[in-house]
Amino acid sequence: MSYLELLKLASPEAIVVITALVVLTIGLTTGREAAGATVSTARPTGNAGSRSSTRSAALCAFVAVLGLAVAIGAVLMLPRNATLFGGMLVITPLTSLFKIICIVLAFFTILLTTSEKSLRHRGEYLAIVLLATIGLMLLVGSEELLMIFIGLELLGLSLYVMAAFDKTDLRSAEAGLKYFLFGSTSSAFTLFGISLIYGMSGTTGLAAISAKLATASVQPLLAVGIVMTLVGFAFKIAAAPFHLWAPDAYQGAPVPSAAFIASGSKVASFVVLGKIVLIGFAPVHGSAAWHGMVAGWSPVLAALAAFSILLGNLVALAQSNLRRLLAYSAVAHAGYTLLGLVAGGRDGFSAALFYTTTYAITLVGAFGVVGFVRHETGGDDLSNFSGLCSRSPLMAGCMAIFMLSLAGIPPLAGFFGKFYLFRAALQASPSHGLLWLVALALFGSFISLYYYLMVLKFIFVDKQAEAGADHRSVMTDYVLQTSAISLLAAAVLLLGVMPDILAAQILAAMP
Amino acid sequence: MIAWTIYITFAGALLLLFLPRIFARWIALLTTIGGLALGLAAFVCTPIADLAHFATIVRVPWVSALGIDYHLALDGVSLTMVLVTGISAVSTVLFSWDVENRQNEFFFWLLLVVAGCYGVFLSANLFLLFAFYELVIVPKYFLIAIFGSTNKEYGAMKLTLYSFFGGMFVFIGILVAYVTGGTLDLNQLAQFQFAPGLQSWAFPVLFFGFAVLAGIWPLHTWAPTGHAAAPTAGSMLLAGIVMKLGSYAGLRVAMNLFPQGFQMWSKSIAVLAVIGIVYAAAVALRQSDLKFVIGYSSVSHMGFVLLGLATANVLGVSGAVLQMFSHGVIAALLFAVAGRMIYHRTHTRELDALAGMNLSHALPFAAFTFVIAAAASIGIPGFSGFVAEITILIGAWKAYPLAVWITGAGMVLVAAFTLRALKQSFFGEAGSGVVRLQEGRVALDPDWNEQQSITAAEKIGACLLMFATLVVGVYPKLLLDRIMPAVEAMRFLKSGG
Repeated sequence: MSYLELLKLASPEAIVVITALVVLTIGLTTGREAAGATVSTARPTGNAGSRSSTRSAALCAFVAVLGLAVAIGAVLMLPRNATLFGGMLVITPLTSLFKIICIVLAFFTILLTTSEKSLRHRGEYLAIVLLATIGLMLLVGSEELLMIFIGLELLGLSLYVMAAFDKTDLRSAEAGLKYFLFGSTSSAFTLFGISLIYGMSGTTGLAAISAKLATASVQPLLAVGIVMTLVGFAFKIAAAPFHLWAPDAYQGAPVPSAAFIASGSKVASFVVLGKIVLIGFAPVHGSAAWHGMVAGWSPVLAALAAFSILLGNLVALAQSNLRRLLAYSAVAHAGYTLLGLVAGGRDGFSAALFYTTTYAITLVGAFGVVGFVRHETGGDDLSNFSGLCSRSPLMAGCMAIFMLSLAGIPPLAGFFGKFYLFRAALQASPSHGLLWLVALALFGSFISLYYYLMVLKFIFVDKQAEAGADHRSVMTDYVLQTSAISLLAAAVLLLGVMPDILAAQILAAMP
Repeated sequence: MIAWTIYITFAGALLLLFLPRIFARWIALLTTIGGLALGLAAFVCTPIADLAHFATIVRVPWVSALGIDYHLALDGVSLTMVLVTGISAVSTVLFSWDVENRQNEFFFWLLLVVAGCYGVFLSANLFLLFAFYELVIVPKYFLIAIFGSTNKEYGAMKLTLYSFFGGMFVFIGILVAYVTGGTLDLNQLAQFQFAPGLQSWAFPVLFFGFAVLAGIWPLHTWAPTGHAAAPTAGSMLLAGIVMKLGSYAGLRVAMNLFPQGFQMWSKSIAVLAVIGIVYAAAVALRQSDLKFVIGYSSVSHMGFVLLGLATANVLGVSGAVLQMFSHGVIAALLFAVAGRMIYHRTHTRELDALAGMNLSHALPFAAFTFVIAAAASIGIPGFSGFVAEITILIGAWKAYPLAVWITGAGMVLVAAFTLRALKQSFFGEAGSGVVRLQEGRVALDPDWNEQQSITAAEKIGACLLMFATLVVGVYPKLLLDRIMPAVEAMRFLKSGG
């Protein structure tokens, strides 16, 4: 193993690292003095400073986007299959596909930052987004517990900072602190679980663990290890009862940060969780069937799923802030996605991955619209959305697509995603053993239609409370952002009408 | 070729999003006329023998990961439903001719509903059918919540949640059929032998899930509130076509896939259907809002459809399909009179208030239309309602003689409330006479004089509907010849006996 080859195989990550450093440097050299100027001098002279800071911000965003594009190219150049250091870096069609998806999500997140006024040090913010992206790529591309943990920490630390980035907003600080406290506690759990598993199996490679588990009987200590590891991931995907950070983080964090937490972090976590349980813990799958429960991790995940679906949907009914509503609905969607992992197998895993990917795309878009409305009206309560359809029909239409996709209405991606997931779950166990979970999930999505429709009711039916400020300027500020949002809406529609584009890719990439 | 009904309607809806509003109603009209023309062309051109089985029109692979095909097919039953969709759609657009508020959006949602209905009636793949079925739900919400009248947000949400509640059960039933049968193709699934144990619970899950949309008692309460809250076009579409989606899918999917389950449950369906007929008619007798009267009459008439399906013989089921057609036309006509011709001009639907207006003098054409519609609704020979209901009752006589007796009593109630509504709305006592009438006019609507006459668009729409009910009433063979062979080919008859 030469370093050159290592560099070649890790080139996408390396490119993103370099981009992050370049962006940081640009931010430091050009943005800092401009930002300093605006702070130290009073309003009159602040104009020139803010213009140069805008220019530096645009430059940073451009470099970041360019770096991500190159990284996608690098992913495409990777060999089909490779394994380094006992699974620390694994390249398969699946990992390559999901690296691209993570990069694309980061790409759209960066587009959302372009007109976010609250982010003062743009260069640093973008650099942190890129670091988080590296975390995602490491997570996706590893089948070894230590490396996964490093990826988790890199991702987690970046996200904490991103959540707390708006120093002028108390809520942002609260979001960051809550996210950090819960996150570090759950990391401790995960690390503890991993150490137990390592102690029992003597290895940290997922494949090796699986081989060990297949021969040895399951001891209580190992069960504790498995459950603790799952707890850490349940936190990352915001499954109840480990979701308590989500509402505050979604509501308080700057909009792009919230979008990234809700999308990229979730996708990567599901990929890794799927790998850990389906590869590493495969011999202790157990069964969550109604009359045939067998101990293993799948009953644990099934219980998490059931609880998340019920709690997420019921609590979302009572929300009056759109971001909080999205947070609770995220809990419910984590529950649905877990169904795919409970089902297991190629079908279940690919259904879960399809669902979480389309969900991530939808949420980035939805947060984009939230950012737009926040810009326009200064808030993101449901009442701020009243009359959006007369102010900006385009944004209203996009939001309709996002909300209806989340509710699972055809012909949008969410509908097919649900069909795929529930079918995989039903097919997995003999004599419809998982029907109870599927029925529960369907009941949950029935409840969810109500609150998604309430959002649309505010947008389309209710009249605007009072004439807002200058909408024109908002629209012109937001050209880049609105086109990114429309692109995402088009993607949601396209993935609903022709789900094969993604579903076949994922299925073909499955080992 | 008939597959293009779906495509042009979707294309029309998309066009509406991008074109300025002066084109809106013309695009909607052209699109719906195109749909009707395609339906009629298929009706004329397709040989009757080809309509006896569910013959494939289009079949292309769609989602290879799950083996889902984009598969459309046509038989006599679906052709009948496509026709009634076309007729209702054209007249609906004509009756919405002077919608002013957010015109493009209005016709966009309206065309989405129509396109979804075409899709359901032509789908031969369970996934596709369900996708179209669910696609219809949300546009209805917007049609009612944005453009409706009385208590619109409540009515819209209630209707949507009821539909989705039924859809939840349908989803379970479809998944079970798919996972057990291993395919989503309706024709293949209709050959598959499901275990009787499975059928006994999968059938009711699927059938009652669909039947929510058909307004089965006791899950019918969304229908009157929804119809009353909806704009005229919304109620016409809802009562005219959307309710039929439920009964059509119940026949095409639930009964056809699970024949043994159907046998076990057919009696319960018949009981619920008869209760629905009598109960809804009795409730309609006591309503003071004209739209509620018609809303409950829809539930009552849909009870006939369900009773026909429950008979499990060719006559009864064919009668049910004919009743779907007939009620689609009649309900559209009734709602057009109540919602457009009367409400638009008087701004009230209270029967007591209308009784004092002596509308038969003010709006003679509306009175004429309403008389025809009422006659068809009561089941006077010569109109489609009579043929359909008599066929259902003959079929039911073989299966459930008792049900026929009770239904017969129910029909008296239907006649009673229809005549009551007719008398109060158009032929009420004029009270203190013309002077009061004029006062009433001015107070109710400042533009009364401009709006007094029935517009040409309304006349054309009403004539289209009246023509349809008369033709089928006088010469039912036209449809029955195509429906009956298709019904005979369905599986539940063979294994039922």
